Amino acid sequence: MTLRVTRRAALAGAAVLAAPIVARAQAAPVKIGLIHPVTGALAFSGQQCRLGGQTAIGDINGAGGIKGLGGAKIEAVLGDAQGRPEIAASLVDQMAEGGVSGFTGCFASALGLAATQAAAKYNIPFSIDSGIADSLTTRGLGNVFRFFPNNSSVTTDAMTALKDINTKAGSPAKTAVLVHEDSEFGTSTAKLLADKLPPIGITVLALIPHATPTRDFSNIVLRIKSEKPDLVLISNYQNEYVLLARTLVQQRVELVGTYSVSGGGFNLKFAKEAPTVAEDMMDFNHWYNPRDPRGPAFRKRIEDGGGVFTWEVPFGYFAVRFLADAMDRAGSTDKEKVIAALADSTFSDHFMPYGPTKMVNGQNTGAHAVALQIQKGDMQVIWPEQFASAPAVFPRPKI
Amino acid sequence: MPSADIVIAALVNGLLTGGVYALIALGLTLIYGVLHIVNFAHGSLLMVAMYGAWILSAWMDPYVALPLMAAVMFVVGWALYAGVIGRIGRGDDRTILLATLGVAVVLDNLALVVFTGDTRTIETPYSFDMIELGPLLLSTPRVISFGVAMLLACALWAFMALTDTGRAIRAVAKEKEGARLVGIRPARIFALSYGIGIACLGAAACLLLPTFYVSPQVGNVFVLVSFTVVVLGGMGSFPGAVLGGLIIGVTESLGGLFLGESLGQIGISLVFIAVLLFRPAGLFGARA
Repeated sequence: MTLRVTRRAALAGAAVLAAPIVARAQAAPVKIGLIHPVTGALAFSGQQCRLGGQTAIGDINGAGGIKGLGGAKIEAVLGDAQGRPEIAASLVDQMAEGGVSGFTGCFASALGLAATQAAAKYNIPFSIDSGIADSLTTRGLGNVFRFFPNNSSVTTDAMTALKDINTKAGSPAKTAVLVHEDSEFGTSTAKLLADKLPPIGITVLALIPHATPTRDFSNIVLRIKSEKPDLVLISNYQNEYVLLARTLVQQRVELVGTYSVSGGGFNLKFAKEAPTVAEDMMDFNHWYNPRDPRGPAFRKRIEDGGGVFTWEVPFGYFAVRFLADAMDRAGSTDKEKVIAALADSTFSDHFMPYGPTKMVNGQNTGAHAVALQIQKGDMQVIWPEQFASAPAVFPRPKI
Repeated sequence: MPSADIVIAALVNGLLTGGVYALIALGLTLIYGVLHIVNFAHGSLLMVAMYGAWILSAWMDPYVALPLMAAVMFVVGWALYAGVIGRIGRGDDRTILLATLGVAVVLDNLALVVFTGDTRTIETPYSFDMIELGPLLLSTPRVISFGVAMLLACALWAFMALTDTGRAIRAVAKEKEGARLVGIRPARIFALSYGIGIACLGAAACLLLPTFYVSPQVGNVFVLVSFTVVVLGGMGSFPGAVLGGLIIGVTESLGGLFLGESLGQIGISLVFIAVLLFRPAGLFGARA
């Protein structure tokens, strides 16, 4: 179900968003627009990003505001993109009228593409939180910056990780079956992975597509069984990810491991609700640096506050901090100066498993995702070595 | 070409899945047979029942919760009919149809608000137990769900055939005015039938939970298939719903095996079209 918004309601909403809140701080508050899909199909992830962004603003204001701006507090201007690009773009227009000095957002690439383009008209700096499409920063928009990894770095790293993990274990994985959902997302991901597997010494035995939703994975698992692969690579959405994982365990398929890239259902909730199924499953995804004490502390803080911890929360959090850091160093909210400060950023006050921050055409080339494995109901980073919280269980024990 | 073992396994898996389709379709066909309306809220009420069973699973096993959930859903169905659908419908079939659609929209969105769009699953001690039958590995909870679904279908059939209430329901289904003349109150029978139809969903929810997931959209996954099953078996026919469920389960499974899981769904539509061509009233449907 999508929410319908009448023009009148949208205008009223815009008026509320744009209405200034009387601030008593010594310096004028800095407005930052947070644009996320907090209703509609992407609501859960959008809310997670927003939670991160608001937490960051609370932290910065609590620590005395932005120092370089005379302790100016940040004022969040919240926008709901509802999962629709045209709404994301119009929110940018409304917020620009309302005098925001920067944006963060928008969880999904499709929303980000529309919103960053709209923000480019005003040359207002835009700090991407989640939104993995390379094109967000390759279109030549000077106001767009991404502290987090892009799609090509994630897929390239994912294969390097698999190769490293496999080689280190004495190359037990030589063959793989790819199971993917049959729309654009699953099909293109599976094809991309199928091309990249042979160069790392893994033969692709079969690509098995399935519809969304699929009620029963028994047949697919029987086919997997008959192919006798070492690895099963999965690219589908949450529900089918969980069902397939279940059926693999039920049918006692002996595997060296399962692997996915940004797996639809791979998260802490899955690890806790389905410990038997989730155990030893691997995914290449975003996470915090478990070796930095601030990472686990941040997660605990979110969980203690009644929130669910997913990688979207630190993304929303650091998108704001990355932007605020640039404003601090620029000593101004002047767009040109903040953009210059973002382009020169060496932002290091974070707990992500990244190398030194270096911005090239708006993309942080130091940003990388990590290989994760669910072990004993918790998430462990197993690759790269320098950020690992546990060694990989690979090959996984026989059932 | 898949090996014989795989074909047999797919066949048996199809039967097991078909058992649950049959149970869901039984409720739908009962409601159609008596009220002469297609219950669009069926999928949403299944979703509600699954969330109910999911919440109860914190205290009791889903199988233990089955009678309770069936009873709760009976009350929910009765109340929904007596309080909302029947009242809005005022006996007009089209309005009743729209009322069930409205209930579905409200329930789906309430679930989104209360439970968010998340997918939830439970793990029971027997979730991964398997029964070995020669080369076959059958999931124990799915064998149980098939068995219980078939038992419930028989029980429902016996209830309809052998008890006075069952006879009253059949009387109202056949001839509402005539039933009224012999002292049966159709409004009460309608609410009762709707309640029983929804109670089937309570049972189906408990049987599905150990092997399936719950999300606010989970009803849609089953409801279209159930509509197909009901039409295939003959609108309002119990044996039709059971046989139709099994046929659809097997067709889906074998179609998936031979045509691939994406294209395999086409098998359901092919069987459906064939039945409608050669037996337009469905397998067990009364001829018009």
